[in-house]
Amino acid sequence: MVAVNPALGRAPRRRSPGRRKLTWTAWGFATPFLILFLVFMAGPIVASLLMSFTDLTTRDLRTPFNVNLVGFENYVHLFEDPRFLRSMLNTGIFVVVGVPLTIVVALLVALALNTGITKFRTVFRVGYYAPVVTSIVAIAIVWRFILQPDGLLNGFLSWFGITGPNWLEDTTWALPSLILMAVWRNIGTLMVIFLAGLQGVPQEQHEAAMMDGAGAVKRFANVTIPALRPALLFAAVITGIGFLQFFEEPFVMTRGGPLDSTLSGAMYTFNQFGFGNYSFASAASYVLFLAIVVLSLVQFRLLREKP
Amino acid sequence: MTSQVTDARKPTDVGRPTDGHRTRRRSNTTRKTVLYVVLTLGVVAMVFPFIWMVLGSFKTNAEIRRSPLGFLPENPTLDNYAQLFGRLDFTTFFTNSVIVAVFVTLGNIVFSSMVGYALAKLEFAGKRLLFGMVLGTLMVPGVVTFVPLFVLTSNLGLVNSYPGLILPFLITPLGVFLMRQFIGSLPDDIIEAARIDGASEWRIFLRVIMPLCGPAVAVLTILTFLGSWNNFLWPLVVATSEEKYTLPVALALYSVGQNAAQYGLMMAGAVVVVIPVLLVFVVLQRYFVQGIALTGIK
Repeated sequence: MVAVNPALGRAPRRRSPGRRKLTWTAWGFATPFLILFLVFMAGPIVASLLMSFTDLTTRDLRTPFNVNLVGFENYVHLFEDPRFLRSMLNTGIFVVVGVPLTIVVALLVALALNTGITKFRTVFRVGYYAPVVTSIVAIAIVWRFILQPDGLLNGFLSWFGITGPNWLEDTTWALPSLILMAVWRNIGTLMVIFLAGLQGVPQEQHEAAMMDGAGAVKRFANVTIPALRPALLFAAVITGIGFLQFFEEPFVMTRGGPLDSTLSGAMYTFNQFGFGNYSFASAASYVLFLAIVVLSLVQFRLLREKP
Repeated sequence: MTSQVTDARKPTDVGRPTDGHRTRRRSNTTRKTVLYVVLTLGVVAMVFPFIWMVLGSFKTNAEIRRSPLGFLPENPTLDNYAQLFGRLDFTTFFTNSVIVAVFVTLGNIVFSSMVGYALAKLEFAGKRLLFGMVLGTLMVPGVVTFVPLFVLTSNLGLVNSYPGLILPFLITPLGVFLMRQFIGSLPDDIIEAARIDGASEWRIFLRVIMPLCGPAVAVLTILTFLGSWNNFLWPLVVATSEEKYTLPVALALYSVGQNAAQYGLMMAGAVVVVIPVLLVFVVLQRYFVQGIALTGIK
């Protein structure tokens, strides 16, 4: 960890003779990937944008080029649709509540694991990470049971004399329930990122601050947080991107209900695809894409290292 | 490292009263106990759904639904599993999941390593553009490509086929990124030495680079296999008949409607999907940690 990075002293790469031949060889390595990339990733990304300006529906499935251009009509309709607006609002709530909550909980767990915990470290790590590797379909089965009216959560609450609601059928509680589920599912990833980031916190600075009589809170704010900044930025960006695409939880738990209270942007898009409104679904997916780009840029602005 | 730090501090500590030492140690012990208690409570909350799932799969439906809820199964039964395997063709679903995951993983290893080597160690026209495109797609949400991919798959006649389930996932930008980062960290000298010996680039790639890529390939294997195993939206749309269902698709379709009330049965299904993955994860957990460190920040 303290050792000097041998890569730092590396000499600049020499230009080999026969550079043109090397370019051909290099493209030989890259071409198989490039073909798959163009056909199954870059192509569809562009196609989706183009589709969003047409009237493509399920009837045109076999003749996807035989469609009419409609300009921004799909986008206009989208923003006139109260269900779409509702889905964007839900997604917004989900991001604004879910992302900070996941980051804070994961950071607390990572900090706790990093403070001289030697026994059962692996057990803790495995336990907190287990939900990440688990199939959402299986998770849904268990969580539906936890959240149903006579389920586990209400059974637990009844010990304290609280009568819990029907979590998934209640328009007030359905979204918070899904947020809780998503936080539970994402803590592990961020915990690992923060644990890796905490390795980079300079121990000497911590000790120096301690000598100067700085308390734990002050040391956390002045030493730990600045050193964790890259990890925090990374965590915020990937969680933001993930939560903006909030789909699996409502899809398997509520199908967007009750009364659209858990309908997310991605869920709305998928529903439109299901109705056969392909061009409309593409337009909705691009609005979501744009939201992701904007959020990521904002996070980079806010969290990047101060010069 | 820790012992060194303590040793280095000792001389300055000599003059201090031992009292201070003792209070500090005592408060340290208290602090540690509190930490262990909190972490344990947290971890119990995290894994409780899994424990509940496993226990529930051995209970009768009546027992699961009874109020107040019991924890351990009173009369453990294998009925749920017998019904699960009797009623549904779980062997087929399991095989399909394995076939898809194996091909997707192999594809990712082969294609990501090749392009990763080119991006990390070779100079060629268009390199920056290629890498830029790969990075650019990292931010694109899955729903954006969903509709065109379906139109494409449908027109290629690949709906309800293994290629339809596999082809769109043979490459991932994240895989390329991971392999490029790892190969980039290998020293140039070994490549230069092999070049001087007259080895072709392909030979260098296969004989020099790949044998050193063990850790990165391990990480890539685990992450892709797992992603494929748990993937469910695309197979749900593309696999239209039972003989092509993967495990999550079968479970998702089976756990709605009238079956939803069959809690014991559902829990058993969930166990069959989750437990193999959890076991593999427990065995290989350090690679997961490495994987995130490799793809993320260092």
